[in-house]
Parts: sequence; structure tokens; C-alpha cells
Amino acid sequence: MEGIAVRLVDLRKSFGETTAVAGVDLEIRDGEFFSMLGPSGSGKTTVLRLVAGFESPDRGRIELAGRDVTRLAPFERDVHTVFQDYALFPHMTVEQNVAYGLKVRKVPKAERLVRARKALAEVRLEGHGQRRPAQLSGGQRQRVALARALVGRPRVLLLDEPLGALDLKLREQMQVELKAIQREVGITFVLVTHDQEEALTMSDRIAVFDQGRTAQVGTPAEIYERPATAFVASFVGTSNLLGGETAHRITGAPGTYNIRPEKIHVLKETAGADEPDHATATGTVAEVVYLGDATRFLVDLDGGGRLTALQQNLQTSSEDVAAYRGTRVRLRWHRRHAVRLPS
Amino acid sequence: MTTTDVTTAAGRGTVRRLAGTLHRRPRLRLTLLLTAPLLWLAVLYLGSLAVLFVSAFWTTDSFTSEVVKVWSTDNFHELVTTPVFRQVVLRSVGVALAVTALCTLIAFPVAFWTARVARPKLRPLLVVAILTPLWASYLVKVYAWRLILSQGGLADWMLAPFGLSGPGFGLPATVLTLTYLWLPYMILPVHTALEQLPANLLDASADLGARAGRTFRSVVLPMVLPSVAAGSVFTFSLSLGDYITVQIVGGKTQLIGNLVYSNIELNLPMAAALGTVPVAVIVLYLLAIRRTGALNSL
Repeated sequence: MEGIAVRLVDLRKSFGETTAVAGVDLEIRDGEFFSMLGPSGSGKTTVLRLVAGFESPDRGRIELAGRDVTRLAPFERDVHTVFQDYALFPHMTVEQNVAYGLKVRKVPKAERLVRARKALAEVRLEGHGQRRPAQLSGGQRQRVALARALVGRPRVLLLDEPLGALDLKLREQMQVELKAIQREVGITFVLVTHDQEEALTMSDRIAVFDQGRTAQVGTPAEIYERPATAFVASFVGTSNLLGGETAHRITGAPGTYNIRPEKIHVLKETAGADEPDHATATGTVAEVVYLGDATRFLVDLDGGGRLTALQQNLQTSSEDVAAYRGTRVRLRWHRRHAVRLPS
Repeated sequence: MTTTDVTTAAGRGTVRRLAGTLHRRPRLRLTLLLTAPLLWLAVLYLGSLAVLFVSAFWTTDSFTSEVVKVWSTDNFHELVTTPVFRQVVLRSVGVALAVTALCTLIAFPVAFWTARVARPKLRPLLVVAILTPLWASYLVKVYAWRLILSQGGLADWMLAPFGLSGPGFGLPATVLTLTYLWLPYMILPVHTALEQLPANLLDASADLGARAGRTFRSVVLPMVLPSVAAGSVFTFSLSLGDYITVQIVGGKTQLIGNLVYSNIELNLPMAAALGTVPVAVIVLYLLAIRRTGALNSL
């Protein structure tokens, strides 16, 4: 059986009138890449700060590797943090920054240097040890922060929106690198992010946060394919809700359903007979959005409501898709892709 | 009516043309802007310093006390060889250093409180409170200290229950009073530096295993040090040049300023020679401070 790196039990934290964390229970396994995903104000960063020890909870328990650390100071916890704005010490060189944690823990100087250089090599920053943080680019600073947190080999590494300040290209590159580094060092990573794509690409498991609670915890595929609530459905990926009378008529049972846009096929209205395990709906194309690799169709259904469908541009080009606007279409999807949400 | 309109329009036209000319000729703009202040700086400020330095090489007629404009290094020779002068210079530098050290020791906790501990709404008020003494007259404050330190005064009265008495008038009283006078000049830069210190850095240090003391030594102190150095330029130079406080609360203590003052009437060149000593010391001090990088943040 796998060990539990972090266990949160009924964790609560308020700041004055605002409740930031409203009872969170969570188990993060050893060696896992775990993401806490949610919009700003959903409590994910506060949970991270509680685990690091920068805040203390109003109620609940925090365990690291089975040890209760709820009342311990940050420097007593085997956890290191990569801060959103990196928080590098500006008066120290890169090497001194990375070696700081070791120095504090009284590791001998020679060993300190060796380990700091090795950590810098791990994040591909060899030869930058003598520079100051101000002389580095954003991506490089990010990696120094990572090296500084990794060098002490903590039980758990916390990452607070580590890629938020980077531009898109660099962010995508760092996502791959971060995942590779995590696999190499085998440390439990806990990532806080509001970027659903980031969470989906890097994580082994994701906790989706909504208003200070976890709305759903699961693998990226589970979260995406079978969202537990309307909030999860809309926050992770494009929400495509089918509700009310229309839903009842099409699916044969009342309730609210979520269907991912890429699961819906756009066909001619006169298209062939319905297959038994598929559902169809007719409607008028209200809007066509050309995305380059794909096209998004916004279709007003005849029975009311609107669905978005995403089609790969395998044959079509932008001129072709524009002609769809205002035309009658039939939408078809497999019944198992319509996920029923609790009301 | 029409005439005035025409005149103002023409006037406005001239102003516009002038503004346009200035816009197109940045050099002319700079010249107009800087001539007066640069003249002030060069002629009056540096000029008087030069006169001071030059007159230090003159002598006086010992009967009439008239200044004799004969070139000689006698004054500086006397300055270096007379034990009293050497003593006074050392004492003055010692006082300035002691005041600076005391100001730093007091400023740190106070500034830490006003910048990081006190409620954010309260902070501007606290800064104002720290600056308030600067609005009061220097003389009033020093005389207040004279009252406090006088025999049977507040200091004596407060220390009496412990079987102690106040320091009385003298060197300690001078250091104490000067520390009080120049403290705001140290608190303010330290406060600003502590306020601008990102909280994340303190979190990061604790996160990496450092206790409060370690964080203070390795993160807070190095980052605030330039501001301490900046503040010390004020406390040091203001203390070194002071001669009134020591007259009021210093008892028989003499500092460089007193020697300058007592020589002005009888031996102006000697006073000038004495006056160059603090200038030289402060130049040396500034050179030392510059190595810390503090002057870049002034």
C-alpha cells in the first residue's frame, strides 16, 4: 500500500468575515503530482499556505507522512515551497540562494556547494551560480526557485502558481520540464493553479476547489470526462449544459447533463437514422468560431438551449466554416458522453 | 474689448511659440533650468568651503587678532601636535559613532513595529508621530533635556527608587541628547526599508528551515543595511557638527564645534583649520559607506 504524504482533516480557515477554507479533507499519496485547481478565492492557495505553515488553521488537522504538524512552525516541517513570485533573496547569488536551506540546516560548506551545483544542473542552470537573481530571466528565476526548494529533498514540494508569471511558450515548456523533474526526483509535488490545462497536463490527480471546499478529487480523465458538479464541468474545459425540457426530451430522463464539445458531431439536418446508443438534437447554427486547428459551432437547439460543438478542421478551411452560420444542423453524441450532474 | 482679446491672443501666441522653441531645443531648456541652482552650488556652497579651506592656511596677528594673509601650514601643524586638539577630535568622532550606534539600536525595533507589526491603518500615523519632534525647535528640545538631566530633575527622580541617579551633565548626557535629536533620521529610512521588504522573503526563509534569528541575520539585516548606512550619514554628520547641545547639557565637555566656535573671534584661520576636520572625517565616512552600496539607495 502506498504511503500518504499529506493528509488534511476537516481543515478550516477564515480571515475576518471571509471564509477561505471551509472544511477540506484530502489525502495526497507519496510521489504523486497533485494539483489543487480552482478560481481565485476558492481557497486553494490558503490550503497550500496552511500545509507550508505560513498560516495556522482555525480547525482541523494537517499530517505530513503520518505526523501531526498542525501546530508546527514552517521551519519544523519537511516541506519546501516554490513561491508564485519566486521570492529569491536579491542580495544573494543564485548559488547562495540554492544553498541557503542547506546552510541553515548546518550542512558542511563543501557538501553544500556540491549539492547546490547538482540542484542547479537538475533544473538546467549550470554555470549560472554566480549571478544575482536580478540578472536572470523570468524562466530562469523560476528554475532557481525550484532548485532552491528541491535541494533539501523535502518530503513534499509545494508549488504556488509557479508558471503564472511566464509567457505561454515558456509555460508550456516548463510544464513538460516540471513533470520530468518530478519523475526524476520522485518527490510529492503539490501544485496550486487556476489554469485547468496546466492541471490536466501535469497531474496524476487533481482536486477542484470551489468556495473553500473540494468539489471533486480524481485523475485528470475522471475530472474532465465525469465532472461531479456543474461547477467542475464549467471550470475544467468548456461547460456544455443541457437541462430542462430539452434534456428530458432528448435523453429520455429529466436532469442536467454535461456534454464535452468535442464529443458532439455536427451533421446535416437530414443525416441518417439515429443509432440506438446515440442521442441527436436539431438546431440552427448561431455562431461559428474558427480556431485554426478546430472550429467551434454554437447551435441553438429547437427545443431551447444552446450547445457548443467542436470539430477538428481536417478537411475544411475558414471560408468553408463561415458558410455554416444560420444553417440547420443535426448534433449527435454517444449517450455515455452525456454526464448527468447532481441538481 | 476687441483690443484686449487681440492682446491676450497675441500673448498666448508668444507663450506657445516660446514653449515650442523650448520643446525643440532640449539643451536650452536644461540651461535655463539648471543655471541658477548650479551657480548657487558652485559659488556659494563649494565656494565657501574653498574659502574655509584656504583661510585655514592663513595666520593671525597675535596682538590685534587681525587675519594675516600669509601662507603657512602652522594651523594644521598645531592641530596635529597639540594633545588637546587630538583628544577633542577623537572625542567628537567617538560621540558621533556612539550616537549612530544608539540610534541604530533603537531604530530597529521601533521601525520593525511601525513597518510590520502595527496595523496598516495605524502606520502612517506612527510615522507622523516619529517625525513630530522634528517640528519643534532644536533649542527647546535640548533645554527640555537639560531640565530632565538636571540635579533633582526627571532622570534623577525616576532612577531614585533603584538607588541610582541620572547621568548629570557631561559626555553621556550629550550622547543621550544627540541620540534623541537625530533618532527620526535613522528610524525613517529603516522603516521604509522594512516596509518594502517583501513578506514572501521572510516566508521563504522560514520555509527553508530558518528560525526568526537566522532570518533576521541572513535576510532582513543584509537587505536593510544600506538604509541603516543612509540613516547613519545623517546621525553621524549631524552629531559631528553639533556644538550647542554639548554647551547646554555637556558640562565642561568640548567637541570640535566648541573649539571652532571659541576660535572664531580670536583666531579665524585656526577655526577654519578646525572646521576642515569634520569635513575630512565625513568625507572619509562617506567613502566607507559607499562601499556598502548605501548611497545608491539614497
